[in-house]
Amino acid sequence: MSLRIIGCGNFDRGDDAAGLLVARRLRALGVETPGVQIPGIENLSVEIMEHSGECFSLMDCWTGIEQVILVDATAPHGTPGQIRVWNAHADRLTEDVFPCSTHAFGVREAVNWGRVMNRLPPTLLIYGIEGNRFLLGAPPSLEVERAVDSVAERIMTWFRTHCSKLHKDFRERFSVDLGGS
Amino acid sequence: MSKEPSRTIKVDVLARVEGEGALYVKLKGDRVQDVKLKIYEPPRFFEAFLRGRHFSEVPDIVARICGICPIAYQMSAVHAIERALGVGIDPAVRLLRRLFYCGEWIESHTLHVYMLHAPDFLGYPDAIAMARDHEEIIQRGLRLKKAGNRIVALMGGREIHPVSAAVGGFYKVPSKSALKELVDELKWALDASLATARWVSGFDFPDFEQDYECVSLSHPEEYPFNEGRIVSNRGLDIDASDYEENFTEQHVQHSNALHSVLRGRDSYMVGPMARFNLNFDKLPDVAQQAAHDCGLQVPCRNPFRSIVVRSIELVFACHEALRVIREYEPPSAPRAQTSARTSIGQAATEAPRGLLYHRYELDQDGLIASAKIVPPTSQNQKRIEEDLWHFVSQVATRPSEEITWKCEQAVRNYDPCISCATHFLRLHVERG
Repeated sequence: MSLRIIGCGNFDRGDDAAGLLVARRLRALGVETPGVQIPGIENLSVEIMEHSGECFSLMDCWTGIEQVILVDATAPHGTPGQIRVWNAHADRLTEDVFPCSTHAFGVREAVNWGRVMNRLPPTLLIYGIEGNRFLLGAPPSLEVERAVDSVAERIMTWFRTHCSKLHKDFRERFSVDLGGS
Repeated sequence: MSKEPSRTIKVDVLARVEGEGALYVKLKGDRVQDVKLKIYEPPRFFEAFLRGRHFSEVPDIVARICGICPIAYQMSAVHAIERALGVGIDPAVRLLRRLFYCGEWIESHTLHVYMLHAPDFLGYPDAIAMARDHEEIIQRGLRLKKAGNRIVALMGGREIHPVSAAVGGFYKVPSKSALKELVDELKWALDASLATARWVSGFDFPDFEQDYECVSLSHPEEYPFNEGRIVSNRGLDIDASDYEENFTEQHVQHSNALHSVLRGRDSYMVGPMARFNLNFDKLPDVAQQAAHDCGLQVPCRNPFRSIVVRSIELVFACHEALRVIREYEPPSAPRAQTSARTSIGQAATEAPRGLLYHRYELDQDGLIASAKIVPPTSQNQKRIEEDLWHFVSQVATRPSEEITWKCEQAVRNYDPCISCATHFLRLHVERG
């Protein structure tokens, strides 16, 4: 099984860094297992990527991967830090949440292209963190920083759940409590 | 008082253009009374932002002006600063800069031809809808764009906002073997660009021609990227250092982008059609033959055929990239030495959308005292409005929805990059 976690955004644009921050948080937690094969779980490979969110290279990023979790900042709607999750196969990403970029196609277009051209991975979960300020050079807002922690924890929880039958070494690494196993 | 009904056609947000703008057309009966291309994307003040920064920082700062044509901004900047500082560059660096530009033209032209403009001709609201019926063609476009991306990523360190361009050369130059890895894909891309030209030449083009003053760089030996004199089909022939004596920018109330005009004359056109009309004889045989096979006349005066011209430039860019890779021998040093001095330098290069002018004034420490940047879209903006005045007259009897569609298509002939120019689009047609 291959799992790729893609954090999208721009570190120089305030809350737009949200996806990248989640990627780094997960990497710091040691989630990544590039090239590591873990017996018993069909050669699990977990990879974390940071990405600008540009549509076409994003599609390349998830091509051939079975499970993808993508994290990106979403447009402000008065509830900064709010976390939303979409299943790319079932849910519609709306323009008010993932607005058009003035310079490139983004995550929403990548999902739409992927659907039309059968280029979506079998699983694509999209975590959106609502941003508040996207000024050039601004740091992320406190609300978004808290949401980054929360999304990282949610992904870790998802990860632990999905990895509950993993190899012993892997369980120990992530302190997976399997209730007496 | 006329009893003719009035119509106003508005496009509040022009789609499939780079940036944020709107279009307003006022009709009295079937006569056009007003056309305004409104660029409301806020001014971005990059010229002021550059003041006080060291010249070495400029290429990376100006690359941020545009996600589609960062290389153009980097190239105009490094050439202007090199002229200010009297820096000569290695011939191998010159070749690499042409290759770098090939990558950007391939990326940008492919994006526009396949994703932004072709849906207009084929009757689709966007390329995603088009992909449902033309998946194979869209797949070709995606792969072609990726071929350009690979050049940019190799040359610039990454695909978006590349970081390797430096005053005097590059921070790092590729090895011959790294460039050779691109060859097979570029050979495919050359064939794909020829197929692209054949495909778009079969579109249905409105019968619409204008008598343009075309402005572009002209080089005695090559289709222009980085070097040459600024010329027009009406006798203009100047060095970039004389640009501001010959061109001026005018503020118009309805736009955040300045309108450029030729002093004592009027609007003019920059971009692929201007380059093609002024430099056809410099295109390689394969591109000239493709143009003939596509039925392109020289000069081409129908802006809707610009999609074919862009495809011919795709042929050129792929062919040129292969030539550069064949001839490349790494330079002895990735970049020339530079030293600061009080100076002024100007340069113009050919961005995918047309002539891009930069001027920098440096102090004795190499800090930017002043900067001026004139992007292609602001140069084309007045000409776009004039096209619309004439074109709307031709289609004024049609329903408002059709006028709206046609007007957006007409604006996209120029592939306007509004974010660069604000320094783009909504359509409003008023019938009154």
